[in-house]
Amino acid sequence: MAVLLTLVLLAAVIAIVGSPLLRPRSAPAGEAADRAELQSAREAKYREIRDAELDYRTGKLSREDYEAVDASLRAEALVILDALEALGIEKPPAA
Amino acid sequence: MSPARKRTVRLVVALSAAVILASALIYTSFSAASPTVTPSQLVREGVAGREYQLTGKVKAGSVRREGQTLDFAVQDRAGEAAVPLSYTGQVPDPFKEGREVIVTVVKRDGRYIGQRDSLITKCPSKYKVTPSKDKTY
Amino acid sequence: MPELGRACLLLALGVCAYGIGASLYGVRRGRVEFALSGRRSVYALACILTVAFAVLELAFLRSDFSFNTVADTSSTTTPTFYKAAAVWSSQEGSLLLWAWLLSLWSSLVLFLTRRRLREESPYAVAILLGFAGFFISLMIFYATPFATTNPAPADGVGLDPLLRHPSMMIHPPMLYSGYTLCIVPLAFGMGALLARKVDAEWIRATRRFALAAWLFLGVGIMLGARWSYSELGWGGYWGWDAVENASLMPWLTGTAFLHSLMIQEKRGMLKVWNVSLVLATGVLAIMGTFLVRSGILSSIHAFGGATLGVPFVVLIGVLIAASIYVVYTRRDILASEHRLDSLLSREAIFLANNIVLVGLCFVIFWGTYFPLISEALTGHSASVGPPWFDRYTVPLALVLVLLSGIGPVIAWRRATLANARRNFLVPLACALIVLLALLAAGVSTGKPLAIAMFCCAAFVLGSIGQEYWRGTRLRRSSSGEAPPLALLALVRRNRRRYGGYIVHVGIAVLFVGVAASSSFQHASELSLSPGHSTKVGAYTVRYVRPTGTITSKEDAAHTGATMSLGAVLDVSKDGRHVATLTPSEGFYDSGEPSQGSVGHLIGGQAVSHVSMDGGVTRDVWSAIAPDMSTPRLLRVMNIANKTIPLVRPDEGMIALAVLVREYLKAPPPAQFHLIVSPLVLWIWIGGLIVVGGALIAAWPAPSAVRRRVRVGARSAEDRLDRQPRSPERGLARV
Repeated sequence: MAVLLTLVLLAAVIAIVGSPLLRPRSAPAGEAADRAELQSAREAKYREIRDAELDYRTGKLSREDYEAVDASLRAEALVILDALEALGIEKPPAA
Repeated sequence: MSPARKRTVRLVVALSAAVILASALIYTSFSAASPTVTPSQLVREGVAGREYQLTGKVKAGSVRREGQTLDFAVQDRAGEAAVPLSYTGQVPDPFKEGREVIVTVVKRDGRYIGQRDSLITKCPSKYKVTPSKDKTY
Repeated sequence: MPELGRACLLLALGVCAYGIGASLYGVRRGRVEFALSGRRSVYALACILTVAFAVLELAFLRSDFSFNTVADTSSTTTPTFYKAAAVWSSQEGSLLLWAWLLSLWSSLVLFLTRRRLREESPYAVAILLGFAGFFISLMIFYATPFATTNPAPADGVGLDPLLRHPSMMIHPPMLYSGYTLCIVPLAFGMGALLARKVDAEWIRATRRFALAAWLFLGVGIMLGARWSYSELGWGGYWGWDAVENASLMPWLTGTAFLHSLMIQEKRGMLKVWNVSLVLATGVLAIMGTFLVRSGILSSIHAFGGATLGVPFVVLIGVLIAASIYVVYTRRDILASEHRLDSLLSREAIFLANNIVLVGLCFVIFWGTYFPLISEALTGHSASVGPPWFDRYTVPLALVLVLLSGIGPVIAWRRATLANARRNFLVPLACALIVLLALLAAGVSTGKPLAIAMFCCAAFVLGSIGQEYWRGTRLRRSSSGEAPPLALLALVRRNRRRYGGYIVHVGIAVLFVGVAASSSFQHASELSLSPGHSTKVGAYTVRYVRPTGTITSKEDAAHTGATMSLGAVLDVSKDGRHVATLTPSEGFYDSGEPSQGSVGHLIGGQAVSHVSMDGGVTRDVWSAIAPDMSTPRLLRVMNIANKTIPLVRPDEGMIALAVLVREYLKAPPPAQFHLIVSPLVLWIWIGGLIVVGGALIAAWPAPSAVRRRVRVGARSAEDRLDRQPRSPERGLARV
C-alpha cells in the first residue's frame, strides 16, 4: 500500500516538475522585465506625488515648499514616463 | 561648511555616539552578569557574597518546604556533587525532583541562599519516562 | 505507513537537489524551461511534504504508537484537539512542520510572482530549496519523525500538561510561519543581489513578503506572551528569556526594514542597509529556530538534543559569510542615488527609527548570547538578567514611541519648519494634559519611566488623532460626505498611510499596558488558611474554602488531570465584591510505578491552573500551590500505596477520592501567588490594533481607487505652468 502510494507520488512529482522541459523556450526579451520595472517605478512615483499633495493639504508643507517638492517629483515622473514611451506604447494603468 | 563636509561630520558624530553607547553596554554587561556554574564548580570556586547562576538537577529526596522557604539541593547533571540551598519566592510548575533548574544563589554565612523569584525550571518537551508495560488502560 | 513517510522525505530531498540544479542551470544558460521546472519543484515539494505531514498527523489521530514520536508525546487519553497538535510538540515533528510551512509559503509566493521577477526568482527558488533541503536532511539523518518500534507499545506517554492550552497549540505554527516567512525575503534579497537587480520591482515584491512575515511573527510572539501570562504560574508575559528574545529580534529588524524600504523607494538610498536588514532578518529567524531546538543556552524553553547544534551553527556561519560576500561584490549596484534632502523630513525620522530598532536588536542580541560571548572571551559563562535588559530597552522603547508620534507630523522629502512647529502643538498639549492629570492623581510615586511612556503615548495619540481629523476634514471639503463616510473613504484611498498610523496607535496602547502593568503592579506571595484574607494593592482577597476534584480520564475541561486541588477566593474592594476566583493545581499521572500504585497517579507534572479576573483597568490574577505533605494526608497516601495493587487504577482513584475528602475536611494553609496588574488588557488590545492596522495598510487598493496623475511640468523652472504633455497622460484628482 505504501509502495503504491509512493509510486503514485513519484509519478505526480515527475509530471509536475518535468512537464516544462518538454517545451523548450528561450528567455523572453529583457524588455518585458524592463517595462515591469518602469511600471513599478511609475506607480511608486505617482504615490509620492499624491502623498506630497496630501502632506500639503493637511498642513505639513508651506505652499512654496510644496510646489518645489511637487515640481521635482513630477520631473522625476516624466523621466520614467519618457523611458516607458521609449520602450513602446505606454499603457496607462487601468482606470 | 559644504554639504558634503556637513554629511561627513554628521556621520562621524553618529558613529562615535553609537560606539560609545555600545561600549557602555558591553562594559556594564560584564559587570552586571552573574557567572553560570555547576554545583561542583560552585563548591570549588564560589566566593561569599557574589551572585551565581547555579544550573543542575534537583536532587532526589532533598526537597523540603518550611513555610515560605523551599529547601532543596542542586546536583551536577552527571555527578554526585550537590549544593543545598534555601529559596524563597515563586516556584515554577515544572519544579520537581530530577528536573533541570537554574537558580541565582548567593553564599552567606556558609549557607547558600536562592535569590527571590530567580528559580527557573526547564520546560520539558516530553516526559523522560517511557511507558511501562504494566499499564492496561 | 511510516514507510510512505520515509519515502516522502527521501523524495523531497531529491526534488530539492533537482530544483536547485535546474533553477541555477536555467537562469545561467537562459533556458526558461529549466527555471520553470525549478519553480515547479517547489510546488512538488509542497505536495510531498503535505503527504508526509498527513501521514504523521494521521498516526497521531489514530494513536498509532508504533511511531516513536506518537508514543512519546501522545496517549489514548489525550483529547483529540491536542492529539492533532501534538505533532509539533516533539523535535522531529517540529522540523517537519518547519519544512512543510516553508514549502507552502514558498509555493504561494512563487505562484503569486510567477509573471514577475524573472531574473531573480530562480536564485530565490534555489535558496528556498536549499533551506528546505537542510531541514529535510536533518530529519533523514538526525531526527526522523517516522522512526518506529516493533512491537508498538500499548499506550503513549501523553502530552505534557503544560502544553494543553489552545494558545500553546497555535503558538508554534504561528511562530514557525513567521520564521519561515522571514526566509522568503532573504531568498529574494539574495536572488536580487545575485541577479544584480535591486530595484523597484524587488521593493514592491519584498515589501509584501516582509509584511506577512512581520505580521505572523508578531502574532506568534503575542500568543506566546498571552500563554505565559494566563497559563504559567508566574503571572508574567515577558521574561527576557532567550527564546522569547530570539523571536523578537527578527521582528525588530523586520520592522526597521519595512520603514527603511520606503526611504529606498523614494530616494534610492540605503540600498546596502536594506539588503543587509533583509538578510539579517532571515539569519536571525534561523538562529531563533536553532535556539529553541538546541540546548545551547540555558533557558526555560531550550529543549532538543545537542546533536542538532553543529549543523545549525554551520548553516548560520555559511549564511553570514555568503551574505557578506554577495553584498560586497554587488556594492556597485547598491550605491545611493540621492542623499537626504533635509533632516526635517519623514525620511530622516525613519532613519532615526531604524537606528533605534537596530540598537534595540543589538542590546537584546548581546544580552541573549552573552553566556556564549563571555565564555568565548573569558572562559567563564555568565548571564545577564531581566534588570539589565530593562535598563537598556526601556529608554530605547520610549524614543521609539516618541518617534512614531513625530513622524506623522513631518512631511516627506522636506518639511516646513514653521508648519512642523505649529503641528506639534496639539500632540504636546495631549502629553502635557496627561502628565498633569497623572501628577494630580498622585500617580507619580517614583516611576518616571512609566510616566514618560504615558506621556509619549499621549503624544502619539494626539499626533495621529490630529492627522485623522485633518484628513477627514479635507475629504469632507471636497466630497461633502458625512464624517464617518469621509473617514472611511480617506482610509481607503490612502491605506498605507492611515493603516500605518493605526499600527502606531496600537504600539502606543501596547506600551501603555506594558508600562502600567510592570511599574504599578502589586504582587503578593503568601500562605493563607481558609477564612483568612490578605490585601493586595487596593483589593482584599479572602480564602473562602478549598476545592478538590477527582477527574476521570475524559473530563469536561479536557485537561486530563487525575486530581485537582484548589480554592475559592473572594476578591473585594472597599467592601464591595469584585470577583470570585478559583485557582487550582492539577496533578497528573506520571506513569512511574516507583512512586507507588496511587502515588504515580498524581506524581506527574503538576500544572497550576490560574484564575484571573480580567478587567479594563486591571487584572486580578491568582495561583495556588496546595500543600499535600501534611502528616495526615501523607498517611493516607502511604496506606493507599501499600494496600492497593498497581494494576487496579480504579481502586487507586477511590483512594484519591479519600485523599481529597481528607484535604477538604481539614485543609492546611496553601501557598498563594496573587497579583493585581493594571491595564494588562490593553497590551492585548494594542496587539489587535496593530494587526488591524497592518491589514489595512497591506490590503491592495481596489483599482478604481488608483488614480492617475497629470504629469505636465516639463522642468523645475516651469513649475507654475501645468500644461499636459499629451491628453493620454491622465487626469489629476485627489
